[in-house]
Amino acid sequence: MSSLVIKNGHVVDPASGREGPSDVRIEDGRIRAVGKNLDASGAEVFDATGLVVTPGLIDMHVHLREPGIEHSETIETGARAAAAGGFTSICCMPNTLPVNDNATVTSYIIERARQHAVVNVFPIGAITRNSAGEELAAIGSMRNAGIVAISDDGRPVMNARVMRRAMQLARSFDLPVIDHCEDLNLSAGGDMHEGAQSTRLGLRGIPASSEDVMVARDILLADSTGARFHVAHISSRHSVNMVRFAKKQGLPVTCEATPHHFALSDADITAYDSSYKMKPPLRSECDVAAVIDGIVTGTVDAIATDHAPHPGSEKMQEFEKCPFGIIGLETALALSLEKLYHTQKISLMRLVELFTTGPARILGLNRGTLATGGPGDVTIFDPELEWTYDVNRSYSKSRNSPFDGWQLRGGPVATIVAGVVVWRRET
Amino acid sequence: MSVGLLGIEELTRPEVEAILQRARFFQPVQTQPFKKLDTLRGKMIVNLFFEASTRTRTSFEIAAKRLGADTVSITASGSSVSKGESLVDTLNTLAAMHPDAIVMRHSASGAPHFLARHLVTPIINAGDGTHEHPTQALLDALTILDRRPALEGLRVAIIGDIAHSRVARSNVHLLAKFGVDIVLCGPASLLPPELVEIAQGVSLTTDMSEAIAGADVVMMLRVQLERLHDPPLSAGEYFQFYGLRLEHLALAKPDAIVMHPGPINRGRELSSEVADFQRSVILNQVENGVAVRMAVLERIVGEHANGRASA
Repeated sequence: MSSLVIKNGHVVDPASGREGPSDVRIEDGRIRAVGKNLDASGAEVFDATGLVVTPGLIDMHVHLREPGIEHSETIETGARAAAAGGFTSICCMPNTLPVNDNATVTSYIIERARQHAVVNVFPIGAITRNSAGEELAAIGSMRNAGIVAISDDGRPVMNARVMRRAMQLARSFDLPVIDHCEDLNLSAGGDMHEGAQSTRLGLRGIPASSEDVMVARDILLADSTGARFHVAHISSRHSVNMVRFAKKQGLPVTCEATPHHFALSDADITAYDSSYKMKPPLRSECDVAAVIDGIVTGTVDAIATDHAPHPGSEKMQEFEKCPFGIIGLETALALSLEKLYHTQKISLMRLVELFTTGPARILGLNRGTLATGGPGDVTIFDPELEWTYDVNRSYSKSRNSPFDGWQLRGGPVATIVAGVVVWRRET
Repeated sequence: MSVGLLGIEELTRPEVEAILQRARFFQPVQTQPFKKLDTLRGKMIVNLFFEASTRTRTSFEIAAKRLGADTVSITASGSSVSKGESLVDTLNTLAAMHPDAIVMRHSASGAPHFLARHLVTPIINAGDGTHEHPTQALLDALTILDRRPALEGLRVAIIGDIAHSRVARSNVHLLAKFGVDIVLCGPASLLPPELVEIAQGVSLTTDMSEAIAGADVVMMLRVQLERLHDPPLSAGEYFQFYGLRLEHLALAKPDAIVMHPGPINRGRELSSEVADFQRSVILNQVENGVAVRMAVLERIVGEHANGRASA
């Protein structure tokens, strides 16, 4: 059947440790071979000379807003934005309308994705019914329907007893528990990181401790339940240190960092511009340094975007009224290349790992590798590409990005899902 | 981008001095029999108050009228905002009627800054949330300068709910530009330690006696314990530890003055005796408010302002 050969690329495959010039042959949607001078007869050829060829990137934290909030994003538009960002797989958080807290919603998302998404979509189920933090959601049946993790992202479980029971159940179903770590009592009313900037701007602060106390709580609960606990969008230095400590103890604790939390600090905020408003908030420069250090030293397991679309009308109001969150699918790879690779903080291999084997291992996905017989998902990027991000040309339905107009070095060139080029940069 | 007045922080010292100097010119106007000038004749100023205000709104309106401008005052309860119109739409609608400036008060910090990015009409901030209240700081400076030759070297204590005070922030920014020794005082939860980073010359204390010791100016802030999310102290305890009483003033410089942005709560943040104390300049502040706002309006709406705005 159909076959595609990617010729002359610089292959980086963390799963095998392979790095160097190679061809990749995909047949019938699966990786057929990786090696030099592969036979391209009868195949479509993609000339990747001067480009980096990696397993398809995975974003384990996005909000697709479907069902229920389709004016912000749909599975189709979110998936297109993902493809344009070099992602071949994305995991969508359950805070839709209705919340993905039962197998019917899970199946609906999977079916909609099958029909309309150009990339693979893996749903994450809610921890509690309606993410209300009280009764547990239908976790087992959602797992059977296809969820890859549970999370009450954005509405964190405040009751430690409920979280403990969720972790016990998650362990028995072999699902990771992803927590948006935020003590809602400590953060109540806050609009940005509590520090000199919030004091200067007269905005109520979200203290770093609101994140830290929940990371601490969940690490202790993970220890007592044996559950796999994953910290979503880690942003504070104490949290990074606690995850590092937990790993040293051999606990099954992992964490992800978003590009905005290592590319920007609260000092970079344009005053009262809601494109800089998200949770956790952009923190201090020393927190940013700690997140980067976590990435460099291996404490951080994955880079994820927390792509959170909101329509312009909701972001065009008083700062305190604006919803939290920014889009990030199309800028994540470029920001990572620019802020981590081009600054010589990490190697290309480590960078690709954070987008592939890192998230795949956390979620138990059989992806993020160029192993023969595996899914034919491949990302091709140019680490030297000079381009300018124009949010008005985004595939997302929303425009809430602080990176609009940024000149970036490095970016995706083509995204291949199951052997099909689903996006290619216009030249 | 409109050239209005959003805050003190972004002004330079010469700009502040220019406004104060012009305000001094307008001071005698307030007491002369015929008070109306024609500096802003034919200009239209819209006062848009999304938050209750008596003195600031009246003061701006009187200032505009004494300069010969026409004014329209809108309060949120009587406006389309109460019908669910967004802030941007309300302002765009008003801007389409081509006023020469919009004076705006809003409960959200940064609301005027946000609008200034989208509107051509100059916006004058009459208080935004817990951020800035620039004309208050200007009239406070003018009031201090009525009694002191210069701001340099003075010690000013600002006492109360610093965290939520736009008056405190604007005063800190203004006084810091003149090398004033600024002491901020209040209960710890209303006194974020990062305050020392927002301007030069700021120190913090939770001890009221320490704050007042040697002060030239004691500036009390209004306390609204009922509006605080979690009040640090009961009203009774607040007055006991942070209320200004006559005996405190013995610690200050002999000729120290007492200021308050108003409205005052007697027995809440200052005793009745202090409010009526001869060195309390609270009503002088109100009087100077009109002169300062005349200077600000003239600067932003007057003939010279047009040249600057388009420059």
